[in-house]
Amino acid sequence: MAGPAVEVKNVSILFNLNKEKVDNIKEYFVKLVTRKLMFTEFWALKDISFTVEKGERLGILGFNGAGKSTLLKTVAGVLKPTKGTVKVQGIIAPLLELGAGFDSNYSGKENIFLYGATMGYSRKYIESKYDEIVEFSELKDFIDVPIKNYSSGMRARLGFAIATAVEPEVLILDEVLSVGDAKFRNKSEAKVKSMIAKGVTVLFVSHNTDQVRRLCDKAIILDKGTIIANGEVNEVCDIYDKLVGNGKK
Amino acid sequence: MSEKVIEKKEKISLKQYFKNAYKYRYLMQEIIRKNVKLQYRDSFLGMLWTFLQPLFTMIVLVFIFGNIFGKSNTGVVCYPVYLLTGRLLFEFYTQSTKRAMRSIRNSASVLKKVYVPKYIYPLSNVLSNFVTFAISLTVLIVVMGYFLIKNAMAGGTIYPDLHLSWYIIFSVVPILILCVFCLGVGLILSVLNVFFKDIEYIYDVVCTMLFYATPIMYRLETLKIGAGAVGTILKLNPLYSIIEMFRCCVLYCRMWDWNHFYYAIGASVVVLLIGIWAFYKNQDKFILHI
Repeated sequence: MAGPAVEVKNVSILFNLNKEKVDNIKEYFVKLVTRKLMFTEFWALKDISFTVEKGERLGILGFNGAGKSTLLKTVAGVLKPTKGTVKVQGIIAPLLELGAGFDSNYSGKENIFLYGATMGYSRKYIESKYDEIVEFSELKDFIDVPIKNYSSGMRARLGFAIATAVEPEVLILDEVLSVGDAKFRNKSEAKVKSMIAKGVTVLFVSHNTDQVRRLCDKAIILDKGTIIANGEVNEVCDIYDKLVGNGKK
Repeated sequence: MSEKVIEKKEKISLKQYFKNAYKYRYLMQEIIRKNVKLQYRDSFLGMLWTFLQPLFTMIVLVFIFGNIFGKSNTGVVCYPVYLLTGRLLFEFYTQSTKRAMRSIRNSASVLKKVYVPKYIYPLSNVLSNFVTFAISLTVLIVVMGYFLIKNAMAGGTIYPDLHLSWYIIFSVVPILILCVFCLGVGLILSVLNVFFKDIEYIYDVVCTMLFYATPIMYRLETLKIGAGAVGTILKLNPLYSIIEMFRCCVLYCRMWDWNHFYYAIGASVVVLLIGIWAFYKNQDKFILHI
């Protein structure tokens, strides 16, 4: 298949920030009548464009509130851009927040199938990956326990194991490599590296420039919704380190 | 391999749309499975409750309205069965629409993180309720069987009009119409609930009202006000037409009144179209409100 794996073109996202949250009818009508239904327009992303070729790994750096998560959500298809287009080729595994598709009353085993289906995989396919998932997550003894009794680390481990076992073509990592204990962190980084070796495309958000340097070959810096640096990973990370060093924010 | 194009004003072709829906059929299966499985988890009798719950409520209602208020069998063939048919269908309606109404809000954690076609949630909630409803229909079989045997042993004197007929096969039709109606109402409610949570409380009241406004425990024809303006208003309720059709097949052993059929189908399709329209017009805004 030709073309880049991820193509983001002139994407802008507008949020209407309510001064106060209006979530009941009475309040809505009162405000509508008194014309107090005021919104503050807020552009979370302003005219963002970049492309990621197949097999490339893009690091996304930026301070809190720079629009990183908004950007990833747009790529994942959760948010629709107000302007511009996003094109993604292949199956995306969004690791935005591990275990987002879990049901807490369901056991670990049942959640594996539910989570797999949320990403669009059949029961049969997940069954073929089941042993691999259980082994990687190291949750063999707890797999029939309801998720509500899991610790957050256990949930994250299971989520990571599922999302990486299904061999996605585009992997979105939102600071997920900082979950779990050091042992699992190393293991998951190794897993991501082995996926990279197989040619997976990665979008990786982190504050840790060392990790970005290790995993990525390109990087961008987002600030207040715009790209302020774009290029080879070491150059961009140097700029970012300098920004941090300067104590901006 | 799939290509997903997210663009604002771009029209997604119908073919692409169905391809996408087909891709997520597994998710639909999983959610239905989950809802059915979790409904009675941690209860000792488990799935048996789908059977016992309508049976016990029927016994209570029959005791109250059949004995204390002295409801006779005239015109209703067999009062317990009459009541059960109405209540089973009505219960399916309220449960499925209530579940569908909350479905978008309840799936907020998924919808905020992963791209999933959003209509899957109201749809699968209606369908999973349909599964429990289908299981609960066994109560009807058992209760009808009981009264048929009892009647036969007494030589047909207790319920002279009660017998089994081939018309029971047609009972699938009102059930399917009811599904369409529930999905339509569920879609509308799920959209409203995203923007105004008040709907949950309002709808609870509406359901209680509907329960008495629908001829479940009584016959519309025997109501004193049944012939007047109130009766006409009560007949506007599509649930009335659907339940009457169902009773014709199961209880009255005759073909339904075709006016009921046209009205039920017409109302259900209109409600579904409104639901789809409202859902598609608003679904991109969900994420900002849940």
